[in-house]
Order: sequence, then structure tokens, then C-alpha cells
Amino acid sequence: MALSGVEIFKLLPKTNCKKCGHPTCLAFAMKLAQRQASLDACPDVSEEAKKILGEASAPPVRPITLGAGDRAVKMGEETVLFRHEKKFVNPTVIAVAVSDTEDDGAVDAKIDGVLSSEIDRVGQKLRIDAIAMMNDSGDSARFEALAQKVAQKAGDVPAIICTEDAGAAEAALKNFSGRGALLCGVTDANAEAMVNVAKAHKASAGVKADDPAALSALTEKVRSLGVEDIVLVPGTGKAGEIIEYNTLIRRAAIKKSFKALGYPIMNMAVRDDSLLETLVASLGIMKYASIVVVSSVEKWKNLALFTLRQNIYTDPQVPMQVEQKVYRIGEANADSPLLITTNFSLTYFIVSGEVENSRVPTHLAVMDCEGLSVLTAWAAGKFTASKIAQFIRESGIENEISHKELIIPGYVAILSGAIEEKLEGWKITVGPREANALPAFLKSRAA
Amino acid sequence: MSYTPPKETYSGKVYTVEIGTGDRTRPFGGENILPFHTFEGEAPNSPVIAYEIQDAPPADWPETVRQVYEGVSDDPVKWAKYCEDELRAEAIALRLISTHPDNENRSADEAAKTVKDVLDAVSVPLIILGSNHVEKDSEVLVKASEAAKDRNCIIGKAQEANYKTIAAAAMANNHKLIAMSELDINLSKQLNILITQMGFDNQRIITDPMCSALGYGLEYTYSVMERIRLAALTQNDTTMQPPMMGDVGMYVWKVKETQAPESDLPEWGSLRERSIAWEAVTAASLLISGAELLIMRHPDAVAAVKAFVEELS
Repeated sequence: MALSGVEIFKLLPKTNCKKCGHPTCLAFAMKLAQRQASLDACPDVSEEAKKILGEASAPPVRPITLGAGDRAVKMGEETVLFRHEKKFVNPTVIAVAVSDTEDDGAVDAKIDGVLSSEIDRVGQKLRIDAIAMMNDSGDSARFEALAQKVAQKAGDVPAIICTEDAGAAEAALKNFSGRGALLCGVTDANAEAMVNVAKAHKASAGVKADDPAALSALTEKVRSLGVEDIVLVPGTGKAGEIIEYNTLIRRAAIKKSFKALGYPIMNMAVRDDSLLETLVASLGIMKYASIVVVSSVEKWKNLALFTLRQNIYTDPQVPMQVEQKVYRIGEANADSPLLITTNFSLTYFIVSGEVENSRVPTHLAVMDCEGLSVLTAWAAGKFTASKIAQFIRESGIENEISHKELIIPGYVAILSGAIEEKLEGWKITVGPREANALPAFLKSRAA
Repeated sequence: MSYTPPKETYSGKVYTVEIGTGDRTRPFGGENILPFHTFEGEAPNSPVIAYEIQDAPPADWPETVRQVYEGVSDDPVKWAKYCEDELRAEAIALRLISTHPDNENRSADEAAKTVKDVLDAVSVPLIILGSNHVEKDSEVLVKASEAAKDRNCIIGKAQEANYKTIAAAAMANNHKLIAMSELDINLSKQLNILITQMGFDNQRIITDPMCSALGYGLEYTYSVMERIRLAALTQNDTTMQPPMMGDVGMYVWKVKETQAPESDLPEWGSLRERSIAWEAVTAASLLISGAELLIMRHPDAVAAVKAFVEELS
């Protein structure tokens, strides 16, 4: 169970020495309780306190890194069940399955698809994170050949080795030794042999069982065999099981501090139908999976899954912001109208969506107001006449358009006079208050 | 330490709402659990997916979805029959888009006639939607409610600025009512209370917390829905217990991802698959966060969402 600030305070030296960077031990204790400080900052804490605090402060879902180097991805460390409570921490890893029964051409195409999957969306770079190699053939030589190929072509992409055969596991995993791979397929029957293979190559262990009860027994066993980094693979991956088992596992870890299930979860979303597969992978993203495995790398599917993952893992307390600049919508040219709004992502999406609907090519100036919407930014003094004037001047848009007319949101009509004073030679026009009136507004001007 | 499944029981329950008449009556809602958490309670009814049609040809719908209805979308009656007979729609949502002053500005009486014609032609439950023009809707939806009297339709959407006339008309003509507010649990609660204070039975309300498309604020709708459902179940808050809906098609089929051709954005892949996936993923996300009623456009997206629901149950 997590300790309160006061409980932590009792274990600290209470010297108020400030060496940790906080004014008092109590202040430090409060930061520790909120997980905003690390106990390492205190040089004088006793070994006993370290032990108690270490156990209590371990995150309810164990942090595990998949892969190594630049492409390594973090998993786990989650603290809540619902995203409005607090940010979901480490976004779901999207892995593409390649099977040792697929022909060379298909495998090559998938690896290329993974390597070229990166897309930029709202300033974030999103991509397929990992490759999951499947030993569907049951043959270890074929599995080894597949692993060699993947290691050679995409050796820095985090690897997941899926087999329940320790011999095949060794043959494949040795190609990713020491590279933070995940060996998935540890079961009650093969635990000892598989854990030895994982240990030898410094891989984490993906444990498979029918349900959370069986999984919790298995994780104890794997830990006693000497592997601490564990990923849970509950059930078969049917959608109904995903929602049930993932929910029970996350609740057990977070609400009951049940350590035996305090690990990241992996779900198999592979389906014959690519669209259904997209929806099952979406379910994993929404409902607590740290890894979802899909079967193919269609660009449309990647885009949908990346976007959903970005939406779900956005910090609910920090408004998502878009980059400050003048966006060209449609084939905007020198004569196209110029609109201004703030950089709250929702504001931007709604305004740009309505401008696109209007089919009137437009320049949309999006001003950095720390992610606030128009009215809030105005009230907070971030969307003011002088700041708008400065932004428009510095944006250089003046050189790209033939007119000097700026259309401002109807909610800040009050600013029009002041902006005209500050932006010499410009005409300020008051646009509609709500974005949904923009199509009619823009069309009537264009007519 | 041994494992006991950390199951939850909730004090509250979502109201069951029935729409339509005769053997096509369709209940939805009624669960005492979070969405699809059937391992700890009951969900007697599956979500309803209604096909969206309009009283004017869908000129502004992207090609991918417009072509599905080529040959029928010039006439709402043909369009409705196509949805019922060919697409096996469980419900139809008729949007009276042509009544909008910026559209054709058709009169409330014309709209009422369209409603009557469609009701005469189909037997599945009908959802009657205005054009989302606050003043015009309060005229149009009153006439439409009268034209649909006793057919147990859903009328929408009532918003803070026009709920009184629309709720009164829905009440007088025995319909259910959509209460829509903008992405805020408190506004949603307040509107449900205001409508109930008029004497409107809150078991006849459907809450619309406002939809957003994948990538365009979906996380806001998602979290508002989760919070409303949690309030209904864990706090037994009766004002938050009406079922919820997502007006998915309208929000999805206007974003760039459902319009931009692959030739413009090769990294986004096939437009057809991408746009259908956009509708399906948005719909699936709203089901997982709490919606019991969805309004959708593309049959392939509907089929995928149904297969998904099937696999979840």
C-alpha cells in the first residue's frame, strides 16, 4: 500500500538539513508521497527506512523497458484506472506479428512496413514500436531463421519472441541477447527451462495462463526462478476476455496493491479481418494493455491506432496544444482570408474542421496561448490585442497575403478596436462566436 | 497472498429506454455495470446502432460514404427503406438538415411531412434530428413530434437554449428526448435536471454529452462519458442514469482523415479503409466509454462494430 506523507515523514531523519533540496523533511515526505521526488535525494536515510519506503513506493505496475537504445520503449508504471483521474503513463506498445510460416517476401514487406511506419501527428512522432516473432511452424530451425532475418534487418526494433518451446526460444532469442527482448510463452509447464533462456539473454518473461488467478501463481514461480521483469498474457485475447482480465489485473495491482499481478499486460489482437483487428487493438489501448500485437502494417490502420493511443494517453490536466503558426487550409493563396484563434488543440481541430467544411481556402493563424480556448485565454490575458498584434507581425503572413484583414473570433469582438490601433493599416473583422457558423460566414464572404 | 478477483458491485443502474412500436420495439441501456463488464453484473440489452439518413441529398458527405447511398439518397423514404430492407438497420436516424437557414431553410411543415412519409414506409424505430440550429429546431422538432405522435421515436436534440419547447413537444406526443450539452459532465447533469423539472420523466431522456471524432477531441467525449457512467453507477446519481448516445457519423465524416485522398497523403494509406476505420474506431471507443446508442453512416463500419460487440459479449 502507498504510504501517506506523514507516514513517510516518520521514517525520515527529521533533521531538516535541506540536502534533498526541500526546505524540511516534511515537505520532502509530501513530495515522496506524490511520487514527485526520489528517496535517493536523502543522503542520511536509514537502511531500514529505505527498505520500507522502497517496497511501499514501488509503482503498483512494475516499470519494464522493452528493447534497448533509441527505440527502447517503457511500459507499466500506471497508477489509475480511468484517464480523467490522472494521465495514463506509458503508451501502449504496438507490435506487429511476423510468423515463421510466412514466406520471405511477406516477412520482408512487414519489416519494411515497421521501419517506415513513423508518422508525425500534432507534433508527436508515432510508429510501430516492436516486432513479435511467432513460432507457428513449431520448428526451431525455421524460427531461428526468422529471428536472424529480423535481427539483421531491424535489430534495433524491440523484439518479442513468441514460443512455448525452450529450444526454439534459445535459437531465436540469442539473436537479441542483451537487447531487452521479451520472451513470451512462459507457462506453468515450461517455466523452468524458459526462464533460464530468458535469464541467459537478459530478456523479460512473458507469462501465459488462462486467467488472472493462474497468472498470479505463475508470476510468483517465475520470480522465484530469478526473473523480475514480467509481462502478463491473460487468456486467448478474445475481446470479452481482454476487457475482463485486463480490468481485474489493473484493479488488483492498483486498488489492492497485489504485487503478483503488478506487471504490464500484453494482448493478441490478431484477427483475419483487419478492421476487426483494429477495433480489438483499440480495446487493448483503451483498457490497460501495455502491448497489443497486430498482424499487419497497413498505413490506415497504423494511423487510426496511433491516433487513438495519443488521445487516450494525453494528460487530462494539460490541454493538448498545437504548434503556433499560420496554417494553410485548402489551396490558400494571397487573396484568401486570414483567421486567428488559439492553440488549444480542441479549438484548433474544431475551427480547422469547420474551415475545411466551408471549402473556402483560408489562412488560419494559431496563436500560442498555452493551450487555452479563446474565451479562457482572453480572460487570462494571453489573447490580448497587443499579443495578437505582435504575433501577426512576427508571423510574416503580411508578406504572403495581398490584403490586410484579420478575422477574429466573435467572442473577443471587444478587442477589434484595440487590435486596429496596434496593427497599423489592418482592418479587423469580427467573425462568428461559434466555429459551426464559420462555413456560412466564409462562404458568404467568398460569394 | 492469494488472488481473489477484485470485482465491484454498483449501487446504481442505467435506465432501460424502449423505442419504436410493435414487434420492432427495441430496448437499450438497463445495465448495472461499466460497459461490457459482464463478469460482475448484468447488461440485458446490446447497444443500438442507427443508420443516419437526411431529408436532402448528402452533398457534403465524402465520396466513400456518399456512394453507398447512390440511387436512394435523393429521397428520404427510399433511403430509409434501403436501410431497413437492405442494410437490416435496427433503427434509423433522420436528420432534417434541409431546415437549417443556411441550407434550404425548409419549413417545419415540410419537415413534418417528410417525417410522416418515412414513418409510413418503415417499421424500425426512428430518431428524428433537427439541423442543430437552436431557434429553427424548436419549431421543426415540435411539428415533427406531432407528425410522429405515438410512434415512440427519439426527438433531438434539446439543448440548454431550446429544451423547453422541444421537451414539451416530445412529452405531449409520447417520444423520448435527446439532451445535448457540450463536453462537460456538469452541464449535462444540469440540462437533465432542467428537463426533469418540467415534469419530463428522466427515464425518457437520452444523454448526448457531444461526440468528437478520433483525433479531434475524442478523449474529451471518452472521459466525460466515463465520468457520467461512473456517477450513475457508483454514486447512484439518478440524473446521470439515462443511457448515452454518440452522433458518430456526423462528426467523423467531416474530418480530414475521411476526406484526404491517398495521393495527397501517401503516409495515411487507403482513403476508403482509413475513413471506414475512422468511423468504426470512434464508435467502438464511445461504446467502451459508455454509449448505448450510436448514429453511424457506413455499413462496413457498422458491421465491424457489431462484430466487435459480439466478441465482447
